[in-house]
Amino acid sequence: MSLLTVNDLRTYFHTRNGVYRAVDGVSFALDRGETLGIVGESGSGKSVTCYSIMGLIPTPPGRIESGAAIFDGTDLLGCRPAEARAIRGKRIAMIFQDPMTSLNPYLRISEQLIEPLLIHGLADRKEALRRAREMLEAVGINDAAKRIHYYPHEFSGGMRQRVMIAMALITRPELLIADEPTTALDVTVQAQILDLIRRLQREYGMAVIFITHDLGVVSGLCDRVQVMYAGRIVETASTRALFRTPRHPYTRALQQSIPSLQPKGSELYTIPGMPPDLSKPIAGCAFAARCAAAVPGCAQRDPALAEVSSGHAQACLRVAAGEL
Amino acid sequence: MSEPILELRDVRTHFPIRQGFLFKRQVGTVKAVDGVTLSLARGEVLGLVGESGCGKSTLARTILQLLPTTGGSVLLSGRNLGECGAGELKQLRRDLQMVFQDPYASLNPRMTVFATLAEPLLTHGVCDRGEATRHVAELMERVGLAPRFMQKYPHEFSGGQRQRIAIARALALRPRIIIADEPVSALDVSIQAQILNLLAKLVRDMGLSLVFIAHDLSVVKHISDRVAVMYLGRIVEIGDARSVIDTPQHPYTRALVSAIPRPDPEVERTRQRIVLPGDPPSPINPPSGCTFHPRCPYAVDSCKAAFPELRAAAGREVACSRIGAF
Repeated sequence: MSLLTVNDLRTYFHTRNGVYRAVDGVSFALDRGETLGIVGESGSGKSVTCYSIMGLIPTPPGRIESGAAIFDGTDLLGCRPAEARAIRGKRIAMIFQDPMTSLNPYLRISEQLIEPLLIHGLADRKEALRRAREMLEAVGINDAAKRIHYYPHEFSGGMRQRVMIAMALITRPELLIADEPTTALDVTVQAQILDLIRRLQREYGMAVIFITHDLGVVSGLCDRVQVMYAGRIVETASTRALFRTPRHPYTRALQQSIPSLQPKGSELYTIPGMPPDLSKPIAGCAFAARCAAAVPGCAQRDPALAEVSSGHAQACLRVAAGEL
Repeated sequence: MSEPILELRDVRTHFPIRQGFLFKRQVGTVKAVDGVTLSLARGEVLGLVGESGCGKSTLARTILQLLPTTGGSVLLSGRNLGECGAGELKQLRRDLQMVFQDPYASLNPRMTVFATLAEPLLTHGVCDRGEATRHVAELMERVGLAPRFMQKYPHEFSGGQRQRIAIARALALRPRIIIADEPVSALDVSIQAQILNLLAKLVRDMGLSLVFIAHDLSVVKHISDRVAVMYLGRIVEIGDARSVIDTPQHPYTRALVSAIPRPDPEVERTRQRIVLPGDPPSPINPPSGCTFHPRCPYAVDSCKAAFPELRAAAGREVACSRIGAF
């Protein structure tokens, strides 16, 4: 059985300018120990999907309109708040892009590190502090006994992200959701953090959902990737299949616009136009207006995610019909 | 290559650190740029890479004389910018324009596109008010924006379009050199491709020289003719873009190149990654000798003694005393 199953999730934001359909019918499943990458550009709904699972959507204006997120038999979106609280932050943890804004600048990191253990009643203060020190060492912070008493500003960006990871993993979660955890970091520090996540995942056997806009990061870390566009999943496949044989025109266009995959100096492929306004009704495929392979029929029928081969699904009508 | 249009000779930009309330004492110096020598030819694209805090943005601002030089000289077509008076500097600056990273911050939200683009034209007397509309329309077309959006405000545009406005503003005075400081870092991949294509086209069509600053090596390699790698205020490796990035010689460049995740699972799984220990050191109190030695896998005792000069090696210049020894 899957560790997490998300079914037809819809999260809308009700703003003065209309209803913004940030996530509009997303379904996926994640096995224990699996690493899933969610890729997409800004506004594609990748973060909102995970915030919905974690109950972090500001309400109002946001509202989860429908759907279920079943974690080990419990629907996080439909169960009693106390049940969800017992899972979130304990069995599912999350790390964010900017460690400076996610850590409380007024509290020593020791207080922040032990908070999850105390809240979930997993340890007393003394035991919690001991485990916090161990965790800091596990994420590669030397001299943990001394540095546990530091404030967040006394750490560098990469070290803060390590503190965040230690905080997230201190309850030994079964699922870690990482929302662009390396985007704000320099490449050499990014390499350190990715190595760390890889190592800890192996040691603890946890599943990871890795949200990023960087296809390069995905390729070395994830078992499976799903590509999002305009609040929906347009393609999902094993990492290898997605990079070797991408099927959906959007995934292909994304790949063609990455400089490192193209001959030096050649003109890069660009996707014309802009992502659609999600507060307006979209007829048919949301990508049709920008798609090089679009035909008139694309704007009439809603494409559904359909398997093209085992474990590889995509949502393009023309691919499904065997025309591409 | 023809004679250089821009030359930097041993440029240094230091910032004093002061402490105290009434009588501020100088307690130290941040050597943000510490002895950079390079030249830029007409029509050439020079990529400048390095991690945050390595001094690449300070160097850009120093070239434009937005920051005073502590030492060395910046020569534009042979004229030393540091020795110019204010009037002459204003004239010379027409040749030297900048595009910034964040188009949300670099455009005035209260000015329409027209006002933004007409301002440099009117300030420098390129045209009068009557002709401004025509000039602005031309500029907008050049960067791929429809002139009918002239009276719109920056918030009505997407990030990519805003960066186009910022580029149009830099082009207004028909400069010879554009310095672009991380112009695509804040943009999504598909938009990034559009801006890269636009910059490449402008360089080709207008014979511009471009200093392209970025931390993304694959982007830099794509657009640049030559690449300079900076570490703690100095250039550690400079040469042909393809050879520097495909066969890096300096240990720092090697680590930097190997740290980029490749969008190819096969390569990603098999390749050897050099993960550097620690963070870039503080420029307030840089390590002795070669500033890279505490993180360098090949460092020996002699590396702590003196900073190595740039020397020719493998068709480029490298600042490492142990080149060839590893």
